[in-house]
Amino acid sequence: MAKIILSMDGTTLKDIPLNKERITIGRKPHNDIQIDNLAISGEHAVIVTILNDSFLEDMGSTNGTFVNGQQVKKHFLQNGDTIELGKYRLKYINDVPQQTSNADFEKTMILRPGAVPKAPVAPAVPAMAPPQPTAAPPQPSMPPRPTAPALPLAAIQILSGSNAGKEMELTKTLTTLGKPGVQVAVIARRPHGYFITHVEGANFPVVCGNAIGTQAHQLKDHDIIELSGIKMEFFIKN
Amino acid sequence: MALNEVLEFVAQTHAGMVRTNNEDSVATDPAYGLAILADGMGGYNAGEVASGMATTLLSSELAKSFALRPPSEKDDSGKLWVHSVLETEAARTNGAIFQAAQSQPQYAGMGTTLVMGVFHDNTVTVAHIGDSRLYRLRGEDFVQVTRDHSLLQEQIDSGMITQEQAKHSQNKNLVTRAVGVDPEVSVEIHDYEVLPGDVYLFCSDGLNDMVEDEEIAMTVGALSANLELCAAQLIQMACDNGGRDNVSVILVKAKAEFPATNKWISRFLAWFN
Repeated sequence: MAKIILSMDGTTLKDIPLNKERITIGRKPHNDIQIDNLAISGEHAVIVTILNDSFLEDMGSTNGTFVNGQQVKKHFLQNGDTIELGKYRLKYINDVPQQTSNADFEKTMILRPGAVPKAPVAPAVPAMAPPQPTAAPPQPSMPPRPTAPALPLAAIQILSGSNAGKEMELTKTLTTLGKPGVQVAVIARRPHGYFITHVEGANFPVVCGNAIGTQAHQLKDHDIIELSGIKMEFFIKN
Repeated sequence: MALNEVLEFVAQTHAGMVRTNNEDSVATDPAYGLAILADGMGGYNAGEVASGMATTLLSSELAKSFALRPPSEKDDSGKLWVHSVLETEAARTNGAIFQAAQSQPQYAGMGTTLVMGVFHDNTVTVAHIGDSRLYRLRGEDFVQVTRDHSLLQEQIDSGMITQEQAKHSQNKNLVTRAVGVDPEVSVEIHDYEVLPGDVYLFCSDGLNDMVEDEEIAMTVGALSANLELCAAQLIQMACDNGGRDNVSVILVKAKAEFPATNKWISRFLAWFN
C-alpha cells in the first residue's frame, strides 16, 4: 500500500498509510492529516487513491501546494514525489512493483463492475455506420519505454552504386534496406546485437559471400552485405 | 474472388520471457475472413482454458453461422447478420466459460479478453471485450481502432489522467469487462471500411505494454510485405523489452477489394452462363 512520510526540517514525524479513498490535509482538526501551522490552510489539500494510483489536489489553499518544487492544482503522484506544504514535507512512497518480485503484478485482472464509477466509452475510431469521415484522430496509447540496454552504435556504409560513400547510422529498432517490390532486407537492432533478415524479393541478401536464407543473421563488425547488386559494409561505431 | 485469396492472415503467439505458460489464444479462418484473439486470466492456469474455449467455440460457431448466411446479409429482423451472430455467439461463449468456471473449482474466477474481426464486403466488423486491441495501418497512418475496456482508459476518458501520465499508472492490468466472469457480458461491435493495402494488427496487451505504439507502427510499416516476419519481429521486440506477459499477434492484410457477391446476381449469372 502506498504511504506518506510526513517530515519537517529533515525529521520524520510520522508514516501515514493511504488506506482510504480520500485523505484530507489541513490545519483544522477534522482533517485526516492535521498540520497545526499557520502557513497551512484549514482545508489545504486532498489525496485521492484509486487502487494503486494516488492523486493530489489542492483545495484552494492560500499558500499553495508544491510537488518537487512546482506548484500544482492537481497532480498524479509518482513514487518518491515530495509534497511541500509550508515547512512540512510529505514524501509519497508507492513501490508496489519493486516489492512484488514475481510476475503476478503484471497479470491482467478483472475489475468488478461498480467498483469504480464508469465513464462513457466510445470507439477510438468512428465506426462506419452512420457514415462519417474515416480519418479519425489517432488515439496513441503509450506504454512506458523500457530502458534499452547499451548497445554500441553501428552504421552501414554504401560501397558501390550511385550512393557509394553514403553512411547510414542504425539508430532505429529496424532499418530497411533495398527497394520495395524488388529486394528488401531489414536490420534489427536488438539488445545483444544487430541482425539482418530477408523481407521480400526473389534473392536473399548476401553476407560475406553467403546468401543468408530466410533466417535472421547476426552481423559482425566489417561484414560486407550485398543487396540488389549494391555492396555495403556494416561496422560498429565508437 | 474467395476471401482467402484477397486477405492474408498470420497468427503467432508466445509465452514471453517470464511466464511459464501461455494464457493467450489465437484463431483464424481465412475462408470466412475470421481473426480471433483472446487473453485469458484468473485461476491457477485456468486463463488458458478460458481463452482456449473462447477461440475454439467462436471460430467453429462463426464459421457455421456464416456458411448458413453471408455476414453482410440482413437477418429476419433487418439487422446485419454479422452483428446478430457476433452478439449471439459472444453471449453463448460467455455463458459457456461462466458455467465452466462455476461448476469446476479449478476454473473458478477464470475469464478472458476478446478481440475479433470478421472481414466481409470491404468491411471489417470488430467485436471486443477487455484490453486486447486492434490497430490499423493505412498508408502512413497507424491508429488504434478499439478502445480498451480498462480502468486506465476510463480514467483517460474522464480527464482524470493524461495519456502521458497513463504510462506511469500502476492500474494498467485492470480490465472493466471480460468474457466468462459474469452471467452476461456486453460486447462492443463496430464496422470499419477496409481499403486495399490496409494491414490490421490484433494483439494482446503483452505487445502494447512492452512496445511503444510508434515502434509497433514502424515495424508493421517496414515489414508489411512479409507478415510472418512482421509477426515474429513484433513478438521478438516485446521479448527483448522484457516480455513480462504472453504476447500474441494476428496480422491481416487486404491485398484487394472484397465486395460481397450478391446472391441474386450470382444465381442470375450462373443461369445466364
